[in-house]
Amino acid sequence: MGIEQQGLKRHLRLGTIIMALIGVGLGGSIANAGSDDKYRAGDRSSGYTYAAKETRAMQDDDFANPAYIWIDQGEALWSTAEGAAGKSCSTCHDDAADTMKGVATRYPAYDKSLGKMKSTEQQINICRVKQMQAKPFKWESSQMLSMTAYVNSQSRGMAMNVKVDGAAAPFFEKGKAFFNERRGQLNMACKNCHEDNAGNMARANLLSEGQSTGFPLYRLKWQKLGSIHRRFRGCNKNVRAKPYGYGSDEYVNLELYVGWRGRGLPIETPAVRN
Amino acid sequence: MAKSKARVKVPKSAKKGEIFQVKTLISHKMESGQRKNKKTGAKIPRMIINNFTCTYNGDMVIDCDWFPSISANPYLAFFVKADKSGELAFKWTDDNGKTVEKTASITVN
Repeated sequence: MGIEQQGLKRHLRLGTIIMALIGVGLGGSIANAGSDDKYRAGDRSSGYTYAAKETRAMQDDDFANPAYIWIDQGEALWSTAEGAAGKSCSTCHDDAADTMKGVATRYPAYDKSLGKMKSTEQQINICRVKQMQAKPFKWESSQMLSMTAYVNSQSRGMAMNVKVDGAAAPFFEKGKAFFNERRGQLNMACKNCHEDNAGNMARANLLSEGQSTGFPLYRLKWQKLGSIHRRFRGCNKNVRAKPYGYGSDEYVNLELYVGWRGRGLPIETPAVRN
Repeated sequence: MAKSKARVKVPKSAKKGEIFQVKTLISHKMESGQRKNKKTGAKIPRMIINNFTCTYNGDMVIDCDWFPSISANPYLAFFVKADKSGELAFKWTDDNGKTVEKTASITVN
């Protein structure tokens, strides 16, 4: 980031000189020139805009992005029949490119029969148990990550747009409260890093806004794909709080609030982050 | 290494004499051998892909030895000069001597 900033400064200085030479007022267009505009919406910016140049390059090239190993697996699983009913995902949902388009922008969504919010992972397991009569995937298993990433990647580029009114409203409020509530021995809330200090360093880490539009994403530290709940757990452990379980109501509600915070940002699944 | 999945990207066609890029990616945990089991303290044995080769119509175009600092899921891109139509054969070998092989064909005109 430091190097990039230096480069940007140099760029700006050069821009000023050129502008002075040719005497044309280009306004702020040089300062805003950058290819990451599509990763911003209003005052919100995706983690992509905080990522290092090298990390962005990995995400930009679908081949260099290691997450595609999992996406390929997810694509294969999509049409693999499993369970007593002899069905696969494609039996009911046909071609994921059509039927799963936009799903990532809507989840977590309110489920009437559950009486609460459900995440993409939970919907996948509901389908597996009820429709396919197969065993549910474990949350952080390679199959679940593959399937979630495959489903979410169908919405790539579409704007995040979770529903937070109506039946979802009380859960949204719970998620919001979680985000703003201090916890752990360090007594820190999500917002202390991701709202108050986004763009500042926490030791060697550049803090992002904590946007969720790239999940499941390939994290270089994990050396594999990971779910957003894994990220939540990691954050909670970092402030020395006891993490909640994968798929817990607390995290699904938080996922809803974090999704709303990123409204308008494009779905990037599978993103690459450090 | 049976579970390792490899991806390669080779252009379908190229002009003779043209230099084209080949991209490769394989899933592998690349255990460095320097980590310890957190509970027992026992060393986790090294398990990495230590050699990668690519041949072009039987001729070696790249042969590299890898060491423990190579990341998990290693990605490698390199350039090859188009000579004749034919096949590029890729081979990854790990510490157990297990191999993953993959081929891709290219038309040179």
